[in-house]
Amino acid sequence: MNKLVREVLPFGSLILVIAILSLWQPDSFLTLDNFLNVLRRSSVYGIIAVGMTFVIISGGIDLSVGSLLALCGMAAAGAMIGLGGEHPSVGMMVMGTAVGLLAGAVGGLISGALITKLKLQPFIATLGTMSLYRGIALVMYDGQPINVSSYRYLGEGTLVGIPISVFLFLAVIALAGAILQFTRFGRHTYAIGSNVEAAHHAGVRVDRTLLGIYTLGGLLTGLAAMIAMSRTVSAQPTAGVGAELDVIAAVVIGGASLSGGRGTITGTIVGTLLISFLRNGCTLVGVSTNAQLIVIGVVIVLAVAVDQFTRGKAGEAA
Amino acid sequence: MALCRLIESARFALEMQGIGKSFGPVKALDDVTLRVLPGTVHALAGENGAGKSTLMKILAGVHQPDTGAIVREGRTCSWKHPSDSLADGVAMIYQELSLASDLTIAENVWLGIEPRGALPGTYSKKRMLADTCALAERHGFDVDPNRKVETLSASTCQIVEVLKALARNAEILVMDEPTSSCGRHEVAILLEMVKKLSRAGTTIIYISHRLEEVVEIAEYITVLRDGRAVHTGPMEGLQISDIVKHMVGRDLEDYFPKRKVEVGSTALKVSGLSSGAVEDISFDLRWGEIVGVAGLVGAGRTELARVLCGLDPSIGGVVEIDGKNVKIATPADALAYGVMYITEDRKRTGLCLELPAAWNMTLPCLVELGMKHILHLGRENTIADETAGKLSLKWPGPGAPAGALSGGNQQKLLLGRALIAGSRLWVLDEPTRGIDIAAKVDIYELIGRMAAEGKAVLIISSDLPELFGITDRILVMRRGRLVADLVTSETAPEAVMQLAAVAEGRT
Repeated sequence: MNKLVREVLPFGSLILVIAILSLWQPDSFLTLDNFLNVLRRSSVYGIIAVGMTFVIISGGIDLSVGSLLALCGMAAAGAMIGLGGEHPSVGMMVMGTAVGLLAGAVGGLISGALITKLKLQPFIATLGTMSLYRGIALVMYDGQPINVSSYRYLGEGTLVGIPISVFLFLAVIALAGAILQFTRFGRHTYAIGSNVEAAHHAGVRVDRTLLGIYTLGGLLTGLAAMIAMSRTVSAQPTAGVGAELDVIAAVVIGGASLSGGRGTITGTIVGTLLISFLRNGCTLVGVSTNAQLIVIGVVIVLAVAVDQFTRGKAGEAA
Repeated sequence: MALCRLIESARFALEMQGIGKSFGPVKALDDVTLRVLPGTVHALAGENGAGKSTLMKILAGVHQPDTGAIVREGRTCSWKHPSDSLADGVAMIYQELSLASDLTIAENVWLGIEPRGALPGTYSKKRMLADTCALAERHGFDVDPNRKVETLSASTCQIVEVLKALARNAEILVMDEPTSSCGRHEVAILLEMVKKLSRAGTTIIYISHRLEEVVEIAEYITVLRDGRAVHTGPMEGLQISDIVKHMVGRDLEDYFPKRKVEVGSTALKVSGLSSGAVEDISFDLRWGEIVGVAGLVGAGRTELARVLCGLDPSIGGVVEIDGKNVKIATPADALAYGVMYITEDRKRTGLCLELPAAWNMTLPCLVELGMKHILHLGRENTIADETAGKLSLKWPGPGAPAGALSGGNQQKLLLGRALIAGSRLWVLDEPTRGIDIAAKVDIYELIGRMAAEGKAVLIISSDLPELFGITDRILVMRRGRLVADLVTSETAPEAVMQLAAVAEGRT
C-alpha cells in the first residue's frame, strides 16, 4: 500500500502540476510548442539524471557532473575548432563529438577509480573531481567560451517536428531503463547499493561494476554536454554550475534512496519533468528565477519527507 | 471476592491476564496469561511467530493489548510508551544491543540520568563512577566503569545493558535471546549473571531459542504456540523434548534425519592453508560427507571458511578440489568451482534486505541460469518459486522484500542459492542460528538430502547437539589452528568441548 503511494506519488504530483498550469495558463502553457520546449530543456539535465540514477542506486553520488558537463563541451569544441578551424567540416564535428563523449566517459572512469581503487567515499572523491574538472575547463581557454556556430544539429535539428535532443533523451531513457531492469549489470547495481558486503559475498565484482556505473554516468554527461553546447552553439567553461544538485534532486524526487538500493529510471524522469514543469510554470505565471528556487526547495523537502513517512510506516508493519 | 483476587495478584511480580492482540485480521495473541513470581527466572518459549515478540512488546509498552490487563504488584497498569513500563520497573534487554560504543561503561549505564554536578548542566563523573561500582558490586558483577564499550565482549555488553536497566530501578528484566551472539564460553558467563541477578531478587523473563539454557536456568516456563499459552508451570522434571513437543504441538521423533553414509572420493583436500587468521590447516572432505567445524567464537572457524571461499586472501597452502589444484581468490572464483559459502550473518553479509526475495536467491547464480548479461524475469520468478517449494520456504511471493521474511525463511533464501547454482561443495556457517525449530528441521533434512545426493558439506556450528546430530566427522579449531579431526560416532561431546576450550584463559 505504502509502496504504491511512494511509486505513484511523484507521478501524481507531475500530473497535478500539469493540470493546474493547464487550467491557470491554458493559452501559453497548454500548447505543443511549450511542451516540446520543456522536453527539450529537460533533455540535458534529464540525460545526466539517468546516469545519476545508476550512481545513486549503487549507494554512491557524483558531484562532478556539472563540472564534467563544462569540461566535455570545452574538450569537444576545442577539438573541433582547434583541428577544423572556425568552420569545421561535418567530419571534424563528428570527431569533436566523439572527443566530448570520450572525455565524459574518462571523467566518470576517473571518479570511479578514485572510489574503487583508492577507497574514497563517493562524496569526497567526486567533490575532488568536481573542482578538478571545473578547473581544467576554465584553464583550457583562459576561462573564455568557444564558439561553434556551425554545431547546430543536436540543439536545433528536428525529426518529424520533434527536436533531435528529445529523441536522444527518449532513446537514453529506454536504453538505460532496459539496462537497469533487464541486465545482470543493472541487478548488480541494485545489489551493491542495497548491501555491498552481501553483493561481494554473492560473487558480484563490486569494483568492476562501480567503474562501469561511474563511466556510464560520465558518458551520459558527455552526451548531455554535446546537446547543451549545440543549443547555445558555444562551449562555456562555466556551464552546469550547480547542475549536480538539480540532477540529484530530480533522482531523489523520483523515489531513489540516497542510501542506495532503491530507484527507477521512470521515477527519475518524472522527477526531472516535475522540476522542469514547475520552472516553466513559474516563468509563465511571472515568478522570478530567484523565487523559483524557493518553489523547487519546498518540492524537494516535501518529496523526501513523504518518502520517509511512507517508509517509516512500511518498516513498522514488517 | 475482588479483594481476594487482588491479594492473589499481589503474590506475583507481574501478571498478564487474558491478553489478546490483533493486527488487522491477524490474531497475534489470544487470551494469554503469564504469571511471574518475584525473584524467579521465568522462561518464555515458542517458535517464531508464536507471539513471543508481541507479548514482549506489550510488556515494553510498545503495543497496547486489545483485551486483558497487566497487573503489577496488585495494581493494574496501562502502558502507552516504553518509558511507562520502565517507570513501573519493567526493563527490556533487547537482542540488538543499544549501547553507545564510544562511551565508557559508566557513561552508558547513566546515559540520560547522569548524577548532577556542582554547576547546572554538568554531571559528576566521580559520583557516576562510584555509583556504577556500587551497583555492579551489589549484583555481584566485576566491571571496570572506565572501559569503553567497544572494547567489551558480547557477554560484558549484556552485563552493561543489565546494569543500565538496574540503574533505572528495574525490578523485572525481560531478556530477549541474550546469548544469540555468544560463544559457549560467553554463554556460561551470561547464564551465571542471570542466576546472580535472580538470587539478588531481580525477576527475569528469559526468552531463548536455546532450550538447553532454558532448562539450565529457568524455574518456570510458559510456552506459546500460535498466539496461545499452551503450557505454563514449573521447570522441574521437564525435559527439552517435552518443551519442544509443546512448542511444535507434535512429537518430534528426532530433530535429525537418519541417513546412511556412503561417502565417495575426496572432494576437497586442504593442505597447510594459512591466512591472516588461520594457520596451517589441513583436512579433507569427501563427496557425500558432512563435516562439522567446532570451536569457540574467535577460534578461526569463520575465517577458515572465508579463506576457502575467496573472501580473505590465502598466504600459503594448497587447496584441491577433485584432486585438482585450485586457486580461489574471490567469491566469484569459489562459485565457479561450485563452492557456495552461506554466511553466519544473514543481515550484514548475506542478504540485500530491501530487494525482492527472488533477486536475493538468484544473485550469485545468474550466470548458471544462463543470464550472463540479459535477465529473464519470468523464468527467474519461476525458478525462485520452485526452489522455495523445495525448501518449504514461506513467503508472500518472489517479489516480497527479503527483509520482510522471518529468520528461518531468510536462511532458506540463502540455501536456495546453493540449490539453484547446483553447488557441489556447501560451506555453511552457523546455518541454524536464531531460527525456529521447524525451519531447523527443514534445514537438517535439506543438508542430509544434499549429502545423499553426493554433495560435500562443511558446517560450522556453535551448537554441539546439532553437530553431533548431523555430521560424520567433526574438526575442532582453537586459536586459528585445527586441533582435532574426529569421527562423530566415536566421539563424546565433552571431548570436543575440552579440545575447543583447553588453554582458553582469556575472557
